[in-house]
Amino acid sequence: MTTLDSSKEIQKNNSEVNETHEDFRMFGLITFLIADGMTFAGFFAAYLTYKAVNPLPDGAIYELELPIPTLNTILLLVSSATFHKAGKALLKDKNSESQKWLFFTAFLGIIFLICQLFEYFHLPFGLTDNLFASTFYALTGFHGLHVTLGTLMILIIAWQSRIKGGRLTSQNMFPLEAVELYWHFVDGIWVILFIILYLL
Amino acid sequence: MTISIDPQKTNNESLQPKGWLRYFSFSLDHKVIGIQYLVCGFLFYLIGGSLASAIRIELASPMSDFMPRDVYNQVLTLHGTIMIFLWIVPVVNGAFGNYLIPFYVGARDMAFPRLNAVAFWLIPPSGLMLVASYFVEGAAQAGWTAYPPLSITTPQSGQIIWILSVLLLGGSSIFGGINFIATIIKLRRPGLKLMQLPMYCWAMLGTSLLVVLSTPVLAGTLILLSFDIIANTGFFNPVLGGNVVVYQHLFWFYSHPAVYIMVLPAFGLVSEILPVHARKPLFGYTTMVFSIMGIVVLGLVVWAHHMFTSGTPPWMRLFFTIATAFIAVPTGIKFFNWVATLWGGKISINSAMLFSCGFIINFVFGGITGVALAQVPFDIHVHDTYFVVAHFHYIVYGGTVFIIFSSIYHWFPKVTGKMLNEKLGILHFIITFIGFNLCFAPQHWLGLNGMPRRVAEYDPQFQFVNQISSLGALLMAISTIPFLINVFLSVRNGKDAGDNPWNALTPEWLTSSPPPVENWEGEAPLVEEPYGYGKEISERKL
Repeated sequence: MTTLDSSKEIQKNNSEVNETHEDFRMFGLITFLIADGMTFAGFFAAYLTYKAVNPLPDGAIYELELPIPTLNTILLLVSSATFHKAGKALLKDKNSESQKWLFFTAFLGIIFLICQLFEYFHLPFGLTDNLFASTFYALTGFHGLHVTLGTLMILIIAWQSRIKGGRLTSQNMFPLEAVELYWHFVDGIWVILFIILYLL
Repeated sequence: MTISIDPQKTNNESLQPKGWLRYFSFSLDHKVIGIQYLVCGFLFYLIGGSLASAIRIELASPMSDFMPRDVYNQVLTLHGTIMIFLWIVPVVNGAFGNYLIPFYVGARDMAFPRLNAVAFWLIPPSGLMLVASYFVEGAAQAGWTAYPPLSITTPQSGQIIWILSVLLLGGSSIFGGINFIATIIKLRRPGLKLMQLPMYCWAMLGTSLLVVLSTPVLAGTLILLSFDIIANTGFFNPVLGGNVVVYQHLFWFYSHPAVYIMVLPAFGLVSEILPVHARKPLFGYTTMVFSIMGIVVLGLVVWAHHMFTSGTPPWMRLFFTIATAFIAVPTGIKFFNWVATLWGGKISINSAMLFSCGFIINFVFGGITGVALAQVPFDIHVHDTYFVVAHFHYIVYGGTVFIIFSSIYHWFPKVTGKMLNEKLGILHFIITFIGFNLCFAPQHWLGLNGMPRRVAEYDPQFQFVNQISSLGALLMAISTIPFLINVFLSVRNGKDAGDNPWNALTPEWLTSSPPPVENWEGEAPLVEEPYGYGKEISERKL
């Protein structure tokens, strides 16, 4: 007990001389996401320009089947909601409930990726068939990479939230908030991608 | 929510390597990282400079003598890429930004010190990779622009390593940009208002915005280009239905702002140096801030002026000509502000001041040719000639590199606590200034008379002027010698500088030289008037 007390004593002493500053990790993340969004903006601009000025060869298939991507859109939108639920649960110190919601979100992300791969395998064109095919795979592939990274991060924070007083608690929400913002960003990008790639 | 800094962690010097060894460590100290950027950048400058000398030696005669044509293209590609991505961008942003910005905002370090160290340590490996790419079978030879179809059809291995290296350098640049924005916006000392910041902070804020908004587009473009090379897709390959002009648009969406990424920080630095050595407040602080932000906004919408000969439709030519001409307004405002800062000042003629004045002279020349190049009829005449080479080097060498040297003379006493030798410094300036103008001024004439750039052989009628230019390049190479001697002598036994040898008022001079690990022994000073020169001490708000 004495060691615990003395370590607390040291902490208290330190906190008196510590300088505090605002937490701006979220600010840094938002700046990064703007940069990341600009990468997508470049891809979208390239795709739209190609669509406008580069005619495809005769017989090229650029009409896509809609059921799978529509399902994917719904999956991602639902996953955004479930992620939000996880955050609310954690705020009320319900760690196990929060963890369940996080695992469910990650599960939705994995289903999204499986659907995407399923679509890839059943499309009538390959990466190098024509300009549309190449752009399609580049855009969805780059987005899929983001979903993969996001799912991994969700699994990591779900693991971290397993115990009360661990790394992810209602006092330290930052990991969850950061991944949540990233996940919403990836969702938003998908919605834009879905509109201009599949619907337009 | 707040984060507390544990002084036990940050102050524990016993765990950090000491002396020169810390420059080889993953140090989180912004001052160490700044010097790492500077020295690393300078080593690459020496490599890039040797390549430039090789190019000028080759061009001293009209035929391709000691370099075969493809080797000439490879050397030229490596020269451009090294100078831009490994010397100018890291040094003028990373080196001076990291060293000065925390002082200017009254902070003990950057907002994200670990990210900062990561951003630096991406540079040496990618730089070495870039240099190594020269030695593989088929080095990159498509110029620093890597235009397809040239970059797709030339040998591939070198081009791929080139792309990978530029992607890593772009990542480093983005991490740095995020860090600068967060530091300037969020980490300001309480009580310090935005409009009281030294001008370099504003320049770095603008630059970092450009980095964050435009560099990712280059990354995306290069990923698409690498797909074209490796996976045989046809994004930019006309044979497979692709479109080369799309590459040019995406590339210049980054690379025109990149010119401002290279020159805006220099604007900021010169705005710090001139008031100190002229003992006068910076003229027109507010107009300066607005012109920087104006350049940032306009800089993002002028990229197609590089593409007037790429089949651009007339409306696009008209729009980009007008937008580019508009940039001359904020830039001109800044130029007049610098001149007005000098006007009636108590100017001390030292190396820092001389290099800054050299910058003003060269830059106004480069600016005028820039406005000329924005005009479509003129641009079509001189497109891809030596006129463009001359214009570009007047901006980046005559502008930015002059300011890098000026800044080294200005801040060397702060970093080391020793003064640089003034005689050697002035000698360095004279040789650089004469050599630079001798090298690049004749190239305007060459371009107007139709000598194309990026070609190893040329019409014999241009030989004499090319030899003058090569002589200038030789002088520029020689000018590095007094500088290096000066630095080595002064670090070992230079005159002691004291804490504030220039009697400057900006915050970095209000601490010891060299500064302590956490920048200030006590609380950071609140400098409300960084340019309050020429006033009674009692009137100054410190």
